[in-house]
Amino acid sequence: MSRLQDIPIQVLDGQGGQSETGNVAPVLHEIRHALARLASTGESTSIDLSAIPFAPGDEAALFGLLGQGEVSAVVNALGETRIEETTYPGVWLVTHRSPQETVLSTQIEITRTPSLLSTPAEDLSDALDALDHYLSSPTAQESA
Amino acid sequence: MKDDQTLGERLRESGISRRGFLKFCATTASMMALPPSMVPAIAAALETARRPSVIWLSFQECTGCTESLTRSHAPTVEGLIFDHISLDYHHTLQAASGEAAEEARRIAMEENHGNYLLIVDGSIPQKDGGVYSTIAGITNLAMLEEVAEGAAAIVAIGTCAAYGGLPHANPNPTGAASVSDIISGKPILNVSGCPPIPTVITGVLAHYLTFGTLPELDHLGRPKAFFGNSIHDRCYRRPFYERGQFAETFDDEGARKGWCLFKLGCKGPTTYNACATEKWNQHTSFPIQAGHGCIGCSEPDFWDRGGFYDALSVPTDDAGNILLGAAVAGAAAGAAVGLMNRKKQNTDTRAHEKVTVDDLNGD
Repeated sequence: MSRLQDIPIQVLDGQGGQSETGNVAPVLHEIRHALARLASTGESTSIDLSAIPFAPGDEAALFGLLGQGEVSAVVNALGETRIEETTYPGVWLVTHRSPQETVLSTQIEITRTPSLLSTPAEDLSDALDALDHYLSSPTAQESA
Repeated sequence: MKDDQTLGERLRESGISRRGFLKFCATTASMMALPPSMVPAIAAALETARRPSVIWLSFQECTGCTESLTRSHAPTVEGLIFDHISLDYHHTLQAASGEAAEEARRIAMEENHGNYLLIVDGSIPQKDGGVYSTIAGITNLAMLEEVAEGAAAIVAIGTCAAYGGLPHANPNPTGAASVSDIISGKPILNVSGCPPIPTVITGVLAHYLTFGTLPELDHLGRPKAFFGNSIHDRCYRRPFYERGQFAETFDDEGARKGWCLFKLGCKGPTTYNACATEKWNQHTSFPIQAGHGCIGCSEPDFWDRGGFYDALSVPTDDAGNILLGAAVAGAAAGAAVGLMNRKKQNTDTRAHEKVTVDDLNGD
């Protein structure tokens, strides 16, 4: 074998599908138990996928099985965070990215509303101050 | 930067929103291998975290550990943490050299006596008075003893600093020793690996910065959060091991299908590290995922523990038979294999089996 093109290459399906390792099923069971807890006690759960040993394709297979539901949102804070509800209501896929778009962590949140979407209480008082400041400004008086 | 600012104050001053801070805490928890339920505790601790002085000493080493850390990521969230530490001495990275560099070290030691964090990479040669490695005319041995005296804690980065590493390999011509062989009476944390995983280095430093303490350690002084499981236990190829499906050569059907590399010498069952989950190059892959067995680089004396391509010993000649048996018989049989493997490691260490060209060619 002397040339690069002589090396036989077999291209495999890289689009997910059922993984041979069987590593996806235990995660789905964990999600199922967390969902049952959420339904019965209201307790939320967050699963950090970077702590789970996945084979190439396992993560895509998991995302494929969870699917995409009705809600998706983007939070622009320290880079983009994409929050998507899966086809199972209450099961959310949260992907944190850096400003350079590197994936920092991927989490599955089992909750009614992911915490990052709620407005922080301190921001409410800041918002009130900012709006009061605008309404008392000459610009606001003129436009009224 | 004001030295008395907390990390929380600094982040807010640099315009990071509250949602940004929450995201920062969530990704920091992930980096420290802590469960997401710890995020509120991290947020509270970061609010009050103070800026520590860090002195980094590089001894008998190849600079691979510093390379690993500095090439870990493009500037990202953990960059904010490193903006917050005061790296007062690192002779590879600092602009100053010669006497000016040593003066910076002495000033940092004096001003932060009892409070600075000491990071060491590289082993320390002890033979012949430690003459085999010196910096500014000072032996590594003398410099370590001097700087360790006023340190709040010491982090030994890399297998050389943690256990002696390659310089310590038989016949150890320089009398290389680890930090904990020389220093006692100080908290010492080992982040082993050749090199260590960059996110493990940053995770450990983030833990110290956040909580002001060292994390819980295993019997070899390594943080349990990252070194609590063997590579084998967390390997995505583990299901193939349980089914007795092994690659026999690097180009057979088993290798192409990604089966277990145990028979090709993978040291995953006796190696404790986080490669299988943290992975390398921004969580892209790790050696086993690339098709090569683990060489056990985060374990003491890994270089002297037999050929990298020799399978760990098992009770029969055929790994497949015993492993299938182990899967059926459960933990007891698994423990027996573990004991055999440890015995084999010790025997190999004594016999000092060398890796030959034939080993590397797989003949």
